[in-house]
Amino acid sequence: MTAAVFFGCAFIAFGPALALYVFTIATEPLRVIFLIAGAFFWLVSLLISSLFWFLARLITNNKDGPTQKYLLIFGVLLSVFVQETFRFAYYRLLKKASEGLKSISPDEAAPSMRLLAYVSGLGFGIMSGVFSFVNTLSNSLGPGTVGIHGDSPQFFLNSAFMTLVIILLHVFWGVIFFDACEKKKWYVLLIVLLTHLLVSAQTFLNPHYGINLVSAYIIMVVMAIWAFFVAGGSCRSLKLCLLCQDKDFLLYNQRSR
Amino acid sequence: MLTFMASDSEEEACDERTSLMSAESPSPRSCRESQRGEEDQENAAQWRSQENEEDVEDDADQYICSGVPGRPPGLEEELTLKYGAKHVIMLFVPVTLCMVVVVATIKSVRFYTEKNGQLIYTPFTEDTPSVGQRLLNSVLNTLIMISVIVVMTIFLVLLYKYRCYKFIHGWLIMSSLMLLFLFTYIYLGEVLKTYNVAMDYPTLFLTVWNFGAVGMVCIHWKGPLVLQQAYLIMISALMALVFIKYLPEWSAWVILGAISVYDLVAVLCPKGPLRMLVETAQERNEPIFPALIYSSAMVWTVGMAKLDPSSQGALQLPYDPEMEDSYDSFGEPSYPDVFEPTLPGYPGEELEEEEERGVKLGLGDFIFYSVLVGKAAATGNGDWNTTLACFVAILIGLCLTLLLLAVFKKALPALPISITFGLIFYFSTDNLVRPFMDTLASHQLYI
Repeated sequence: MTAAVFFGCAFIAFGPALALYVFTIATEPLRVIFLIAGAFFWLVSLLISSLFWFLARLITNNKDGPTQKYLLIFGVLLSVFVQETFRFAYYRLLKKASEGLKSISPDEAAPSMRLLAYVSGLGFGIMSGVFSFVNTLSNSLGPGTVGIHGDSPQFFLNSAFMTLVIILLHVFWGVIFFDACEKKKWYVLLIVLLTHLLVSAQTFLNPHYGINLVSAYIIMVVMAIWAFFVAGGSCRSLKLCLLCQDKDFLLYNQRSR
Repeated sequence: MLTFMASDSEEEACDERTSLMSAESPSPRSCRESQRGEEDQENAAQWRSQENEEDVEDDADQYICSGVPGRPPGLEEELTLKYGAKHVIMLFVPVTLCMVVVVATIKSVRFYTEKNGQLIYTPFTEDTPSVGQRLLNSVLNTLIMISVIVVMTIFLVLLYKYRCYKFIHGWLIMSSLMLLFLFTYIYLGEVLKTYNVAMDYPTLFLTVWNFGAVGMVCIHWKGPLVLQQAYLIMISALMALVFIKYLPEWSAWVILGAISVYDLVAVLCPKGPLRMLVETAQERNEPIFPALIYSSAMVWTVGMAKLDPSSQGALQLPYDPEMEDSYDSFGEPSYPDVFEPTLPGYPGEELEEEEERGVKLGLGDFIFYSVLVGKAAATGNGDWNTTLACFVAILIGLCLTLLLLAVFKKALPALPISITFGLIFYFSTDNLVRPFMDTLASHQLYI
């Protein structure tokens, strides 16, 4: 494992998120604050789900064998539930804060709910990705041979791509989730929860990376298209953007709606 | 502690509250002038009384005066919230930088994680056979450290009260000298050792001399703001590294908890030393200690007032009486003021154009935040999750403190909320989240 692996995997996993941060979030202080608050909410949700897993382990007295495996599966699924619950809680908080901000300055600078959905999704995603991957990354700088005991040698690459897909999925889930909450379409929340459960549960198939990664990316593309239409995009605007005929296609040029 | 800095521009030569308001709606100057005399007393009175009614009445008066009658008091808080976001980021960046420097040093330079003795302020050792004994020793260490801090603060307040300015300035200069020269020399030596880089003594002395001399000039006299901020961040990081190295494990955590309680008490209680320091400075209308506060706005010199001689008769800008504690020397906390320094006797100063309002944070806050994150990085079993969790917790605590600052508009301690969050997240991440995430990562499960 060399510096090449470290930098390669780091940029695979965090490159798009970093680009999104630099181009859309870093310029506006309010967005940075909401991003960090979103990261904080994800952290609290992780804390609570770890607490439950820890208690469950204590109750079963750390017996080895299949008990541990089932406990882990239970922990993962519970963690997904808790994350989505906290996403909803963050939505409520943002709604209150946004109303407060709107009442001060009805003209400008109050971020719209769509923007906050994107920012919160990115916050969740970045924190989730960082917590999943950063220890693995730091280990990749040190000496060792991957897969010397017969495991797959693509451990780092797989982890990097999985982290990337999780980050992007959180962004899209955030957009779809908040929009559904705004329009009171509760079944959409259920769909988001189910896809999150699906993506997490698929990782149980590791180390059979192929099907796991491919299906995760397919789900991501579906979510991306859905989020695009939910956020107000259309085929026409996409065409204008791609042909560079749209005057304000860069996100930071857009006025909040 | 956090303060808002009053703007120095012409029509906003007033304290933080009215300046925030007047940016929204220009107020008649005469009205503000007449308010000013009452404001100081009202401010002082608000310090002593802890009711909120006076706040509201004060706000109401100012609202009426400022030509926006009938605006409900609650709106002012939201007005300040709009200003708050930029200031929050202006504080996030230096705090993050300081923490990054400390964590990078801890993770790479072995020297700061080795145990090489303890400070005389923490005489009890933690190499004891039993857990109870260790806990007792750490509590005793904390008591000694906190009492040293209290004694130093009271000493400083007394010095200030009896106008021994030369002594105070000499003390500050001595401690900056020590930080900028001695600790930098040690730090540079250890970094060079870690990376096995050879440097001859003449080059070393030239480097350290230049670094230290420019630092003294920037911090105590005039210099570009960015350079001053950079030096303040560096000396905070150096101080934090010293604390991380020389404070034993459990003592460090107990001291962090105790210092945030002390900060809360010292800033908010009517007879707290910091509050008395602020009040004295307010009565005399002068700045307390320049160069021990990180200022995030554009001032050319910390400690020089830019007054428009044609504006009100008052020589001073009434500042926000918000104190911050900071440590200016090795184990000797001195608690400088935190407000917009205004020196008496400078009526002919030129105005600065377009000076932005800013927030000030004491260097002690930087130091203790970095100690928390550095300790998390040093002892976290090579785990980055704990460090990151503490980092996010501290930033959120700072954000909440700034929000409270915008709401209450008085000096607030910056340590309690952040350190509480940091401690909670350190212990829970280290004991609960780490096993969970390690197990998930080894099976490559993703949540």
